[in-house]
Amino acid sequence: MTITEESGRVHGYADLSRLMGLMTGDEKHGPAATSTLDVLWVLYDRVLRVRPERPEDPERDRFLLSKGHGPMAYYAVLAAKGFVPVEWLARFGAYDSPLGHHPDRTLVPGVEIGSGSLGHGLPIAVGTALGLRAQGLRRPRVWTLVGDAELDEGSNHEAIAYAGPTGLENLHAVVVDNSSASHARTGGIAARFEAAGWSAATVDGRDHTALYAAFTAPHPGRPHVVVARVEPKNS
Amino acid sequence: MDTMRDRLAPVLSRLLDEDPRVAVVLAEIGKDGFAEALRRHPDRVINVGIREQLLVGAGAGLALTGMRPVLHTFASFLVERPFEQVKLDLGHQGVGAVLVSAAASYDWPAGGYTHMAPGDVTLLDTLDGWTVHVPGHPDEAGTLLRHAVAAGDDKVYVRLSLQSNAQGRPVDGGRFLPVREGRSGVVVAVGPLLDTVLTATEGLDVTVLYATTVRPFDAAALRRATAEAGADVVLVEPYLAGTSTAAANDALADVPHRVLGLGVGRAELRRYGQAAEHTAAHGLDARSLRERISGFLGGSTAA
Repeated sequence: MTITEESGRVHGYADLSRLMGLMTGDEKHGPAATSTLDVLWVLYDRVLRVRPERPEDPERDRFLLSKGHGPMAYYAVLAAKGFVPVEWLARFGAYDSPLGHHPDRTLVPGVEIGSGSLGHGLPIAVGTALGLRAQGLRRPRVWTLVGDAELDEGSNHEAIAYAGPTGLENLHAVVVDNSSASHARTGGIAARFEAAGWSAATVDGRDHTALYAAFTAPHPGRPHVVVARVEPKNS
Repeated sequence: MDTMRDRLAPVLSRLLDEDPRVAVVLAEIGKDGFAEALRRHPDRVINVGIREQLLVGAGAGLALTGMRPVLHTFASFLVERPFEQVKLDLGHQGVGAVLVSAAASYDWPAGGYTHMAPGDVTLLDTLDGWTVHVPGHPDEAGTLLRHAVAAGDDKVYVRLSLQSNAQGRPVDGGRFLPVREGRSGVVVAVGPLLDTVLTATEGLDVTVLYATTVRPFDAAALRRATAEAGADVVLVEPYLAGTSTAAANDALADVPHRVLGLGVGRAELRRYGQAAEHTAAHGLDARSLRERISGFLGGSTAA
């Protein structure tokens, strides 16, 4: 098990439920209540090269949470990893709390974009990948997390259709698929990315080993998407 | 004479050579002028295709990595179509960019209303912190483009037009220039409408201020001018009529004053033809302007 230390405290995956409980007031908050929790944990624990003590490091990976709705899992992971103080969590959503119901990059350390309106993260991630490339920064990778229903927004498709043919290799997307789109076809998400020339993998979004393998799979010359399937929202 | 837009690619190509922070983002429109710059700077001249939400979103992403993005397309597709991206991806993210538009009001009348955006400046007025340059001549366009790119990480809008005054003036990216002095009213002429305003006010005892940077609005210049010429103010703007009326009112909040806002009408004309015909239809030709300005200021202004 991987753990991390901050202010003398140690947090691991098992602590996330309690950390989320600090925001929701629900002591028995289980991981299944949030679709993004396992994806976020595996990314922050094993994939992203980000450090809370160097939030502005030009060489850091960029993680852009596009689906800003329900950010409790995100804040819990950021707290567990030492980006935000655990003490902030209890005041989630309060007037002078940095932690709103949609994240604001100017208020929360480690948060790369403010989100809430759907369909903004992937286009911004494209520009971030382009900006890093233009500055000769080859090492940092750009990740963005979108929801399956968020892909309804056409702006995503502008980004998907551009990034594939231009071979934006440092761009990565993870689609957390909890079957919340009203109009969807089975397998349609990966197919749309693949049609645009992306590398794509579809995995169990609760299986940490499978997520890690999909997140770290090589994809030379192409952007990469991981479709992380979790239990349906309304099940 | 060449157009303001003819200056865009040469000026930006030079800035791309000089400043490694500069990146140009296009959405097909205008790409031909950047062919050579693209060869020299393949990672900093970016054409995203006909994708204007991505144009602004990608510009914001570039800015987040520390670059100075310059985004260009027609005003309808730069400000109106991706307005939420302008609001959120730039403003809410706290990053800057230079937005350079063309064909905003009625530069392509035969193209119809789909290619007109006379409300562009009004829309930007709903957001915080935008600088708006409205050059009146290709030389001024070059100067103001360089100002815009050099303005740190500010959010700057540069509104290029096919309409132009006969000569450029020494604009500084901030202040209104006094062009004519009088004692019975102040006319603020914005960008390419200056020549028409000078013709329209020939022989009238009015001060004419020339504005090429309208946001922030040069309240101090207007106050100085009204101290001498009285606080009857006419704004003549090449975009939606009344766009700067509130700014003028705010500038003169502590003195009794009157403001007349002239510009492009809100109503859709549903006419094609030539720019001059649209100028007349909106009452912005010299004869109509003289009539409206004189009527507002009253008979006392006639020389």
